[in-house]
Amino acid sequence: MTLLLIAAGAAVGAPARFLTDLVLAHYAGRRLPWGTLAVNVVASGLAVFLAFAVADPRLTALLATGLCGALSTYSTFSYETLWLVEEGRWRDAALNVAANLVGGAAAGLVGFALARLLA
Amino acid sequence: MPRSDRPPLHHTLRAVPTAALAAVAAGGVLGSLARYALQLAFPSRPDAFDLATFLANVLGGVCIGALMAVLTETTRHPLLRPFLGIGILGGFTTFSTYVVGVARALDAGEAALAFGYGLATVAAALAAVAAAFYATRLLLRRRRGGAA
Repeated sequence: MTLLLIAAGAAVGAPARFLTDLVLAHYAGRRLPWGTLAVNVVASGLAVFLAFAVADPRLTALLATGLCGALSTYSTFSYETLWLVEEGRWRDAALNVAANLVGGAAAGLVGFALARLLA
Repeated sequence: MPRSDRPPLHHTLRAVPTAALAAVAAGGVLGSLARYALQLAFPSRPDAFDLATFLANVLGGVCIGALMAVLTETTRHPLLRPFLGIGILGGFTTFSTYVVGVARALDAGEAALAFGYGLATVAAALAAVAAAFYATRLLLRRRRGGAA
């Protein structure tokens, strides 16, 4: 059952990340990896909220491990940072790392605060 | 920044092959289940270093580095990147569980662990992707150079 719930969440999360990247690149271009930043920030906020507000292991499997886990990505974030370095854009590479870390932490803080408010 | 030469969004989205979307979904499921298996093998605790997520994110970095070197140096099947890169490795690695690990450590009063884990992951993942990318590219170029 846990495996099915994780699979269901991931089957939505991974294509959602792919499509978010396409939509943001459509409007903002591909000079900076906005899509990965967006999914990482949103998934981090939701996952921290779930971690502190939800005890049901089925919901955790579906939404945290499956959906948020597949919606967010470390591999693409790392590779896109390397790609910016390869382009000689060290400042943008550093900004990309900082934006993901600060954005993820800020979203996590919001998720934590919401979870505490509801508890 | 408004651009008049930009096609409408639904044109961009309609151009996405269904097979690519299916490959991303299937790969995402496989990668996420593999990440879960790693989490079962190394269960995490709020007051300890989350080894499973750390390993997933660093191993995923090694794999994406090698994969992207292969894909930028050679011509491969167009579904390989959606399936392996965006799907499997995107699903295997996770930014959200990484942030949850930092948050749990902070909540447990383990500030040093939170910052140590946070910095170790980002440093190791970036080093992994760079090392794997340049090593694989060097290998591919050497082999091609030797064959020519």
